[in-house]
Amino acid sequence: MRAGPVRQRLLPLGIRGLRGRFILVFVLVAVLGASVAAWAGARQASGALTESSQQQHADALVAQVTAVAPTVEYPPSQDALDQLRAAVGTNSMARYQEVQSASGIFIADDGLLTSELRAAVGGDTAPGHTVTQRVMVADTPWLVIGAPVMITAPDGSRTPSGVEVYSAQDLSAVESDISALTRAAIGTSALVLPVAVLLALLASRTVLAPVRRLRTTARRLADGDLDARTQPRGVDELAQLTHTVNEMAESLQGSMVAMARMQEDAKRFAADVSHELRTPLSTLTAAVEILHDALKHQNAQSDDEAAAQESARMALIETRRLVHLVEDIMEIARFDAGTAPMRWESTDILTLTRDCVRARGWTQDVAIAAPDGADLVVQADRRRLDVVLANLVGNARSHGAPPVHITFAATTSGVRVTVTDSGPGIPEDVLPRIFTRFYKADAARTRSSGSGLGMAIAWENTRLHGGELTAANASGGGAQFTVWLPRAGGNQESEDR
Amino acid sequence: MTSVLLIEDDPLVRRSLELALGRYGYAIRTSATGEEGLAALAQEPPDLVVLDLMLPGIDGFEVCRRLRVDSQAPVIMLTARGDDLDVVGGLEAGADDYVIKPVQPAVLDARIRAVLRRAVSDPDGVRAHRGLRIDTESLTVTLGGTPIPLTPTELRLLLTLSRSPGRVFSRQQLLEEVWEHGYLGDSRLVDNGIMRLRGKIEGDPSRPEFIQTVRGFGYRFGPV
Repeated sequence: MRAGPVRQRLLPLGIRGLRGRFILVFVLVAVLGASVAAWAGARQASGALTESSQQQHADALVAQVTAVAPTVEYPPSQDALDQLRAAVGTNSMARYQEVQSASGIFIADDGLLTSELRAAVGGDTAPGHTVTQRVMVADTPWLVIGAPVMITAPDGSRTPSGVEVYSAQDLSAVESDISALTRAAIGTSALVLPVAVLLALLASRTVLAPVRRLRTTARRLADGDLDARTQPRGVDELAQLTHTVNEMAESLQGSMVAMARMQEDAKRFAADVSHELRTPLSTLTAAVEILHDALKHQNAQSDDEAAAQESARMALIETRRLVHLVEDIMEIARFDAGTAPMRWESTDILTLTRDCVRARGWTQDVAIAAPDGADLVVQADRRRLDVVLANLVGNARSHGAPPVHITFAATTSGVRVTVTDSGPGIPEDVLPRIFTRFYKADAARTRSSGSGLGMAIAWENTRLHGGELTAANASGGGAQFTVWLPRAGGNQESEDR
Repeated sequence: MTSVLLIEDDPLVRRSLELALGRYGYAIRTSATGEEGLAALAQEPPDLVVLDLMLPGIDGFEVCRRLRVDSQAPVIMLTARGDDLDVVGGLEAGADDYVIKPVQPAVLDARIRAVLRRAVSDPDGVRAHRGLRIDTESLTVTLGGTPIPLTPTELRLLLTLSRSPGRVFSRQQLLEEVWEHGYLGDSRLVDNGIMRLRGKIEGDPSRPEFIQTVRGFGYRFGPV
């Protein structure tokens, strides 16, 4: 089993091939685009949010420190530091060298104040500037802001006093805002998906409609409707393709019509020729028979007379062959013209086979194996079936070897007749051509008495029954022909009278 | 000597058949057209007519229909092989048998002899069935006292069937017995013969009293 159909079955209906790929790509691009946009938006918004909350806290800290700083003496005592810390608010800390005053979170967690932050605040990299750092404490994000307290000299110059003030802000609220933004972005992306699918379906319909029309046309062409055409729309590649397909159909139709006409003419010619041959052949048959009979009963006195006798005999034999040939060609011509009439009757195949063999005096060479009580009645044209069986058995006797075995098998849908001879069988390269007209299996036997049409006629007659005739070699070595006949015949009314 | 009337339009075929049949010991008269043939037939009734179906003027079918009106002479028609419509049409028009063109004189001779032998039977007295009286001695058939004219084929068919009332005859058996045809497939000869016979002896051929159809097998003589 190929992988193709399986995969196609697994895919939901309508998501295959060009259309499927189109929709897939469209949806991917749409969702990806929307997601990226939403994501970027969310990132930007959350960045701005963080930024502004940091700025806000830093500004507040600086303002408070600036308000309180002038009242603090230097070096500050513990009290002064406490005062400073209290001014900053909860979750804050003020320190000067080894003296410090802390509240809230700074007491609870000393990991809050990192050495980098301290270095940055105490250092002179950014004198008088606030430094911020985000720190996670027990799964809670904190923003720690540190600022050095500056001393302003009378001349306006500012120097660090060595006092540092820190304040911590719980960032949970901001974080949850950011999460909400992210969720919104994801939601947007998710919302885009069905919309994108819907749009893709719509788009694929419009884009692929011409392709579908083209496919319908191609299918009709393939099914033999050579008048099928597609109206091209627009000027795009699909319209050009449509044009090309139409031109192809046009030329195809032209050549098909020409070929059909030629074939028709050839068939009619064969029929006409054989028809016209019948009248002179009638005369010839009668005349040659008279000649032959007249000469046969004379005692040949001279070489001339002996030659005349011989010639008359040959003329008789060849005339009879010619008669058979013409009959067979006319039969074939009727198949070709579709004018071979069928007389449907309920027919018992076993009886018909026995009659066929008996009527031709072949009973000695043929073994008919009758199955017990199998129902072998089918709808058939007895005359045609008799021709089929006679051909097969006659062939088995002359080209194979007797005894010829005929067996039967019955199913609910039909009956199978198998004719097997005891000869050497049919060469493998001959088998496919055994039913070809005028094909002689044995090159050495080209002068056989047959017309070379017997097998073709048998095959056509079987086909007229809606059945099948096949050739093979039996495991025992003989040639084996199998006729399968459907019970009902070719959906015909029986005209059993 | 058996007299045969040959109606055939092609002069060479006509002449060669005349010569050939002459050699088989028949007294031959020939006609080139159907009209001529019917005239010759009225002048001196032959024992048998050999009739080409393809004739100029009135064709073989029509000739056959016309001569059947008051002649019981057997008719063998010459037909194109297996042009079934030809064959069936000819048989329906009242022909007894057919020979395929191109005609082989030996075959034609055999058919002529078979057709003429048909009326002959082994006399075993009178068979009577419900008003149908078959006298095998005088070879006459009467229905309710009225004589029924039968062709040799019809008579032989009736004699064969009525010899064993109730027995089913297959078409093949009837072909061999009545027409002496060796091969199968000419069951339409049988079917048409039965049809014509029914037309003459049955009051309502679609509901036969004497000859029953046994579907798929053949025919038997006797009540349903």
